[in-house]
Amino acid sequence: MNPSHAKLAEAFNEDEKRTDWHDQTLWFVRQKRDKAAQILPEWEQLRQWASDIKDHTLSNLDVYLAEFERKAMANGIQVHWALDAADHNAIIHKIICDQGLTRIVKSKSMLTEECHLNDYLQQSGIEVIDTDLGERIVQLRKEPPSHIVLPAIHLKKQDVSETFREHLGTEAGNYDPQYLTQAARIHLREKFIQSELAITGVNFAVAETGGIVVCTNEGNADMGVHSARIHIGCMGIEKIIPKAEHLGVFTRLLARSATGQPITTYTSHFHRPRPGQEMHIIIVDNGRSRQLGREDFRNSLKCIRCAACFNTCPVYRRSGGHSYHTAVAGPIGSILNPNLDMKANADLPFASTLCGSCTNVCPVKINIHEQLWKWRQVIAEEGLVAPSKKYNMKMMAFVLARPSLYRLAGSAGRWMMRNLPFLVKVKVLNPWYKQREMPEAPKESFRDWYKKNKGV
Amino acid sequence: MANSGFASLSGGCDKNFIANFSGIDYIVAPSGSCVLHIKEHLNDSRSPAEAEFIRTHIYELTEFLTDVLKLEKLSARFPYKVGLHSSCHGQRGLHLSSMSELVAPAFSKPAALLNMVSGLQLCLPERPDECCGFGGTFCVFEEAVSVKMGVDRIKEHESNHVDVITGGDVSCLMHLEGIMKRKGSKTRVMHIAEILNSEQ
Repeated sequence: MNPSHAKLAEAFNEDEKRTDWHDQTLWFVRQKRDKAAQILPEWEQLRQWASDIKDHTLSNLDVYLAEFERKAMANGIQVHWALDAADHNAIIHKIICDQGLTRIVKSKSMLTEECHLNDYLQQSGIEVIDTDLGERIVQLRKEPPSHIVLPAIHLKKQDVSETFREHLGTEAGNYDPQYLTQAARIHLREKFIQSELAITGVNFAVAETGGIVVCTNEGNADMGVHSARIHIGCMGIEKIIPKAEHLGVFTRLLARSATGQPITTYTSHFHRPRPGQEMHIIIVDNGRSRQLGREDFRNSLKCIRCAACFNTCPVYRRSGGHSYHTAVAGPIGSILNPNLDMKANADLPFASTLCGSCTNVCPVKINIHEQLWKWRQVIAEEGLVAPSKKYNMKMMAFVLARPSLYRLAGSAGRWMMRNLPFLVKVKVLNPWYKQREMPEAPKESFRDWYKKNKGV
Repeated sequence: MANSGFASLSGGCDKNFIANFSGIDYIVAPSGSCVLHIKEHLNDSRSPAEAEFIRTHIYELTEFLTDVLKLEKLSARFPYKVGLHSSCHGQRGLHLSSMSELVAPAFSKPAALLNMVSGLQLCLPERPDECCGFGGTFCVFEEAVSVKMGVDRIKEHESNHVDVITGGDVSCLMHLEGIMKRKGSKTRVMHIAEILNSEQ
């Protein structure tokens, strides 16, 4: 089993300067988002529309998915349905094997990360080149992405330089971002030109047109698709929107929420294969219909993967994406992942102070912090919290339900803290005391003081 | 308990709370976090009407002073430089002030009250509404991140050279105070009620 978020976050915090750098870098992105939002007087209205469109779509998913399939097929796209990650990977594997493909490029797709597509194909000796710059950097380092929009945000230019020196033969000690980007560009151009198969994610699938929309800042999805003979787009069932006219609401929100840009540099619409090309779309469930059936959590499926909740989260900024040990980290990951594997991800809903900032930045108005709270109840109910915590909570409930016992416990606690402070000042037993002093224990409770001074 | 996943165990507390506060017109508490919990989660199947009345008639202190008493001036005096920590549950839960994430007019009930105190110089930190990291049991189960969040809040307030950090939730203040005392900081924490009631 994975070490918990708390353990991994503790390790992340050992290098305080680096933690500060990580926090400030992501806070800078949050500030860019704020500026972009603040100049649109209709911002809150857009969020409401986006939320309403997604709510409507999720309630009619069967209708819109079927419509999308029909229209896409009429456009000449081959549509596949995958029940889970294994299905998704097998469909892609079959296309690759049937056509004897070896040169494969992939632009950013969190779904393929969720399905661990690269690892799966690698086991069959098939190599996939990630073409998003950040994704390529972490791929070369054999690391998972730490952020869904900025996959290599945990790395500094010095780290990238070292990685490129090792894998791309760049000069040691050259940290110039332009030099390093140029090296990546040359390396990736070669892969694009040779590619036979381009795999892309899908930001939006439009039921009305049967087309998909892919948003990137690097144009890498287009470069891949335009040179390859086969294009496979991978989408979760929740990526659907009813009509093309709804797109504007989402494209305006997506880039502003993600990076503070008015729009992504490339917003590419793929409606049909070009002559001589094959185009496939894989529509993946992988637990989504189960989440749709959970009343308290269904609207987590409104997510458009902008990562605004990551950038604003004070815990994410100070613990890094890898502490979440899942493909999708951050607050949204903490409400999606328990659905995929509740036991393995039982720690994640607790990796939050429930401050609520995530809910406020969410462009589709997912009540993220309320869902974190609700997952905690489910996880406790399922018996997936540490037995010691459960015992303490039961003790607390017992005492708090009995006023005279509570008063006795309170005065005993105050007496102990005043007279035997060494009992609580043990760093290994009392995590509070590790880096914090204990509060001073008052001589009397508020109740006693009030009785004495106000005469009731 | 509820924030730790054990809302199911809070029945006894709820029952006591309802017994203690039934028949009272206004309930005022000096803690946004406690008030929010009551507003969102107080329930008792045997006395649903009483529970509902309490849920809708409980106020956080600065909310009560502003919205019910409609206070416009105070006789308090507190000649110090004061940093305001906006506690999340009071701010984002009870809307005691506007939130930096939303596109909406700015306001702050606690800041408006503090500005009525003579001699007081109010300073807001650079990130005006970032969480301090207390978070209930988060403060011990996620000790490293919790402390780091607190350290960063304090750093911002101290760069404003404040004498006192104030706020509406003792839990946040206790957490910040614990860190400051360990570091030997001279900055103090005070609950906002102490300042609004101060006659220095």
